[in-house]
Amino acid sequence: MKLLEYMGKELFKKYNIPVPQGGIAATTDEAGNVAADLNEAVVKSQILSGKRGKAGGIKFVSGVDEAKNAASDLLGKDLKGFKVETVLVEEKLAIEKEFYLAITLDGSKRKPIILASAEGGMDIEDVPEDKMIRYAVSVNLGVQPYLGKDIADKLGLSGDLVKQFTKILINLYRMFEELDAELVEINPLVIASGNLIAADSKVTIDDDALYRHKDLPLVEERTEAEQKAHKLGLSYVELDGDIAIMANGAGITMATLDIIQHYGGQPSNFLDAGGGASVEATAKALEILLATDPKVILINIFGGITRCDDVANAFVTVNKDQEIPVPVVIRLVGTNEDQGIALLKEYGIEAYRTMDDAAKKAVQLAKQ
Amino acid sequence: MTIYIDENTKVLVQGMTGNQGSFHAKQMLDYGTNIVAGTSPGKEGQTVEGKPIYNTVSSAVKNHQIDASILYIPAPFAKDAALEAIDAGVKLVVCITEHVPVQDAMKIIAFAKEKGTTVVGPNTFGLVSSGKCKIGIPPNQFFIPGNIGVVSRSGTLSYEIVGNLTDAKMGTTTVVGLGGDRVVGLNYIDVLTRFEEDKETKAIVMIGEIGGSSEEDAAEFIKGNVSKPVVAYLAGKSAPIGKRMGHAGAIIEKGKGTFEGKVEALTAAGVKVAELPFQVPELLKKVL
Repeated sequence: MKLLEYMGKELFKKYNIPVPQGGIAATTDEAGNVAADLNEAVVKSQILSGKRGKAGGIKFVSGVDEAKNAASDLLGKDLKGFKVETVLVEEKLAIEKEFYLAITLDGSKRKPIILASAEGGMDIEDVPEDKMIRYAVSVNLGVQPYLGKDIADKLGLSGDLVKQFTKILINLYRMFEELDAELVEINPLVIASGNLIAADSKVTIDDDALYRHKDLPLVEERTEAEQKAHKLGLSYVELDGDIAIMANGAGITMATLDIIQHYGGQPSNFLDAGGGASVEATAKALEILLATDPKVILINIFGGITRCDDVANAFVTVNKDQEIPVPVVIRLVGTNEDQGIALLKEYGIEAYRTMDDAAKKAVQLAKQ
Repeated sequence: MTIYIDENTKVLVQGMTGNQGSFHAKQMLDYGTNIVAGTSPGKEGQTVEGKPIYNTVSSAVKNHQIDASILYIPAPFAKDAALEAIDAGVKLVVCITEHVPVQDAMKIIAFAKEKGTTVVGPNTFGLVSSGKCKIGIPPNQFFIPGNIGVVSRSGTLSYEIVGNLTDAKMGTTTVVGLGGDRVVGLNYIDVLTRFEEDKETKAIVMIGEIGGSSEEDAAEFIKGNVSKPVVAYLAGKSAPIGKRMGHAGAIIEKGKGTFEGKVEALTAAGVKVAELPFQVPELLKKVL
């Protein structure tokens, strides 16, 4: 789960990482009130996307009236596919230098990794590899002070800034660990008036660990249908095509999408019904797909734990409740496939044995 | 020969009295796995499928030789169960559990390293040494002995491809599931190393997917260290950027972990990459 900038900064404050003075506003009046305590200010759209500046989502203002005008411009605006619902109004910093600092996961080292660069502010993927400092952190030791000093030195910091940086890094790591983050990023971390300040925040929390962080704000990125599927324990992602897909298992679902594309079709979703899904769950999954109004539905089941007769029964259940207005192509193989295929035959549906044949048929039907 | 596990491997099932635990214990026994005991807190003295249940891993290892443990434990408790097995001296710990917080996975793996334990998973289907031993959840019927080694990040996709191999009369030595999460214990390089050493394995199938850099790391390793032919299939060619395709690891972020990048790296290392899953047996026939 990604957090909005202001949420990340609230957490930074809690972890003693300095952030600019300011506050959040959902109305123009609130924006004016926050700006009243500041001189020069910046009004920043709160959306889950980077490069807000280039998209016109960040405005520099002076005084209450300008702040209100900026907020009025930004609030409700559609920015990079997101609706701006809040703006963060903050003091404008007199920036002397910008750095990049982040902690994230390194899958190959199976450890947290610190990323730091003196080339802050820019998009991080644009920073050349040789300008990036990487340090894998021992899970047992965490970040020790020497590491802060070492990275600060490599970044060219000196004097009190070394101490400040070390404190920020230790606190950032504590936050990363305690909040089950996948990413904590400060870009840029700036020197302003002789102090290091986190001018922006990007925080992503591990979805699998949200159950132990009930106090965090909930940010929903999923569409309504995706949320509904998620509640059913299904993994569902909406795509742009017209062939609805259901399979059991993430890998095989991805492979099914790939095959559809290989034969010139366009999948309208990714739906992994998981292993061992019950008749009810499978039926609900089918209902979700029907609601998206596809041209064809392709069900690809390699039964292991999932039983083919359960899948066939789910189809029959849905078919009883509502007329299925689109052709359904089913591939059934594995556990109890004979029972499943026989059941479907009663309803005039021929099940395919291979993924290849089923995919070809689905694409052909979608093109009719 | 098979790698990691064989007919002599003595297996403990953690969470054996639960729904999943008891169901899969039966399946594994049917396959021929040598399960010697199970654990379930507060249920010591009971039996499941005729195997004794202990409260803790440490009391199980006091009474039995245990070479490997498999966890059928819900995600919030998986870390503790894995640490318990590692601390009790079990040398191979297989974590089937999905949705284990990634920081928990890192702690499990760090402790395993300290104790010299191999962790498979989390979020793995386990491993099967065909005809000898299955520690995991795949359907029994597709895993027949042969000379192909399979290593994969994905469950059902592996069953699909192993099923295709079986149809083509090609059996497997060992099939290893690495797990679909971003941080997992065993990786491609570990398994490729074992397959390269294993005399019976004549060719290797790698099943990968988008996200992360493990296929690229494997490609780099294959260049200098693997002499046996390798055939790969990668899922996720059509996946859009920034959308997580079921597995926590299957996401293209900031242009990293793309399908194209992985195919390029593997091809450069001499790996034959199948475009569709059912082409894997054909490619294998060409290189064998």
